[in-house]
Amino acid sequence: MIKKIYFQSIFFSFLFFKGAFAAESGGMPQLNPEFWISQIFWLILTFGTMYVVLSKFILPKISNNLESRKSQILENIEAAEKQREDSEAKRKEYDEIILKTKSEAKTMFNQTREKALKDIMAKKEVLDQQIDDEINKAEKEIEALRASAPDKINKIAIETSSELLEKLIGFGVNSSSISAIVDDLSKRNGDKYYGN
Amino acid sequence: MAANPMSQFDVYRIGPEIKVGAFDISFTNASLFMIISTVSILLVFNLGSKRNSVLPNKIQLLAELSYTFVAKMISDTAGSKAKPYFAFIFSLFMFVLFCNMFGMIPYTFTVTSHIIVTFILAAFIFIGVTLIGFIKHGFGYLKLFVPSGVPAVLLPLIVVIEIISYLSRPISLSVRLFANMMAGHTMMKVFGGFVISLGLVGGWLPLSFSVALTGLEILVAFLQAYVFAILTCIYLNDALNLHH
Repeated sequence: MIKKIYFQSIFFSFLFFKGAFAAESGGMPQLNPEFWISQIFWLILTFGTMYVVLSKFILPKISNNLESRKSQILENIEAAEKQREDSEAKRKEYDEIILKTKSEAKTMFNQTREKALKDIMAKKEVLDQQIDDEINKAEKEIEALRASAPDKINKIAIETSSELLEKLIGFGVNSSSISAIVDDLSKRNGDKYYGN
Repeated sequence: MAANPMSQFDVYRIGPEIKVGAFDISFTNASLFMIISTVSILLVFNLGSKRNSVLPNKIQLLAELSYTFVAKMISDTAGSKAKPYFAFIFSLFMFVLFCNMFGMIPYTFTVTSHIIVTFILAAFIFIGVTLIGFIKHGFGYLKLFVPSGVPAVLLPLIVVIEIISYLSRPISLSVRLFANMMAGHTMMKVFGGFVISLGLVGGWLPLSFSVALTGLEILVAFLQAYVFAILTCIYLNDALNLHH
């Protein structure tokens, strides 16, 4: 009995709640057509206005902003690229100048070296010539002296021997005979005395 | 009133009753939140497009990221032919997103939780897409219902199925958004009610659930706006590039 009352009360309470809900709103407010026309009207009005303003004024501006930023960034990148190329070219130019200067310096050095060598050679030749000349001259002189030496020696020998003979024998002897003897002696012993 | 999780969807008149002929176009809380959403969209994007600095500030970044996001979505799904419809899809996405997001603030009204609003949007898209299809392809647009490479025996069945699926597009599009928003908000209200009824002792569990649900609902709010926009793109793609 108590059980029955208990379940019945639960059942009735559900009914009561259901009745309360139904009384309050009558199910889903969405299906109540009272304000449908109003909602359609305001939706068209607000959405239409928003669409017109967005499509005519705001979206072109945003797209313009994006485009201009894109082009600006591209321009900047291009400028940077150009400057990089410029600097690269300048670096190449600089390298070339350095290389050219280096080779120039090398050739100049070589030229100077050759010139100096030539000068030295020329001077050396001149000096050699001079030395040779002097040697020749000295040799000639020596030769001349050597050539004249036996005569002088013979003369001296003749004079000395004539004087000696004079002192020894008390009178002069014919110099021609003395010279003949000296000549003979000198011819025989010339090699022994003077070498050659 | 607080006990009923559906009362948050009530539409009520603000100010006097306005009647044009037989139609009641009174200003309601739904109208108020439509206006709030559109005004804030216009405000955000107007501020975001005002100055063009090379290094964008936060609001400009927001506007430009939204722009590129929607532009990429359209070009990915509908190709370059869909460019003239960019402004419409952008407005659609932003409107649904802002309405969903404003609905997430407590004591506000969610415009997109009403079937009439989503259905009008979906019906407009459906009619527009169908018109575009017939203008672009003439009666050749009907080839959409005849997929290529289907055996002749199956063809009558397939055509009937295709026609039904095509005609159910506005319904599925509108019901998806409406049902998602309504279910989420109802659930949050129910858990919120549990917090109150269980009090200090047992209220912590539904409270933590409610917190988690709020995060989920914010995700759903974004996702449903995205799905709404991307489905529009797909329908537009069908109309612009007839594949069958």
